[in-house]
Amino acid sequence: MLESSSGLVPLQAYLLLAAMLFCIGVWGLINSRNAVRVLMSIELMLNAVNINLMAFSSYIDGDLIRGQVFAVFVITVAAAEAAVGLAILLSLYRNRVTVDMERFNLLRW
Amino acid sequence: MTIATSTELICFLVLGAVVVLGSLGVVLLGNIVYSAFLLGGVFMAVAGLYLLLNASFVAAAQVLVYVGAVNVLILFAIMLVNKREDLKPIEGLPIRRLLSGGVCAGLFVLFFRVVITTPWAVPGPAAIGVGATERIGEHLFTDYLLPFELASVLLLMAMIGAIVLARRDVLEVDVGTGDAVNQGLIEKARTPLLVDKSTP
Repeated sequence: MLESSSGLVPLQAYLLLAAMLFCIGVWGLINSRNAVRVLMSIELMLNAVNINLMAFSSYIDGDLIRGQVFAVFVITVAAAEAAVGLAILLSLYRNRVTVDMERFNLLRW
Repeated sequence: MTIATSTELICFLVLGAVVVLGSLGVVLLGNIVYSAFLLGGVFMAVAGLYLLLNASFVAAAQVLVYVGAVNVLILFAIMLVNKREDLKPIEGLPIRRLLSGGVCAGLFVLFFRVVITTPWAVPGPAAIGVGATERIGEHLFTDYLLPFELASVLLLMAMIGAIVLARRDVLEVDVGTGDAVNQGLIEKARTPLLVDKSTP
């Protein structure tokens, strides 16, 4: 598996792909009006970070793959976040009967 | 250019296109169900990228956790809150979208410049490939033992928290005695508490 560290795809390609995915996630996080879509955008951003970690782990830290360990932890926290986030969303929907982010204004000044 | 490198390049280009177009679809499509299924496709493509990066264990974990658990959870949430509602139009929405799009494009340009100008220390040591799973196990039980145990506590807390938050205590009859339950003390199934009366 030596090809990938001296192969044709450079490290920068993975980093740019991850940056693009992260920016799309940020845009979706800001602009979504459906609360479920906001959670999806957060998952996209976490995946972008994971791609970065794995790229560094494979290209720079190929011997001690610490990036892969961190990616496992990120996946764990993302699963917990999705479960709690969707439970909060269900509870909110039960009280407000909407998923529109513009109407969740209970804490707004 | 050998067959291995050209195959790697083609796989990277295809998976990258799937990731970018799929995530754009997740963010931009009108129907939330299409977005959820596209999100599953994006997760699978990211798992493919992990395979290209010599990480078979994390690719399997990605498929199991994201596609198998998170995506199914999102689909269930969509099913439970599936009420067709017409979102009230708010003024200045296109301007808001353009402005945030500009901010995100600026962020991407910043990332682009950082990625291009930083002298990365490549090539590093050769990737260990198949032995990665064993190495992850060694890490998890030696120098990352404390985060590993904390992750188990975190998952337990998240599970209990999700159950408590999503539970609804509405029972018609008492499970133990069979008598009718005093519904005055319990949140009704169909009466929301905090609906703002001003906006219908």
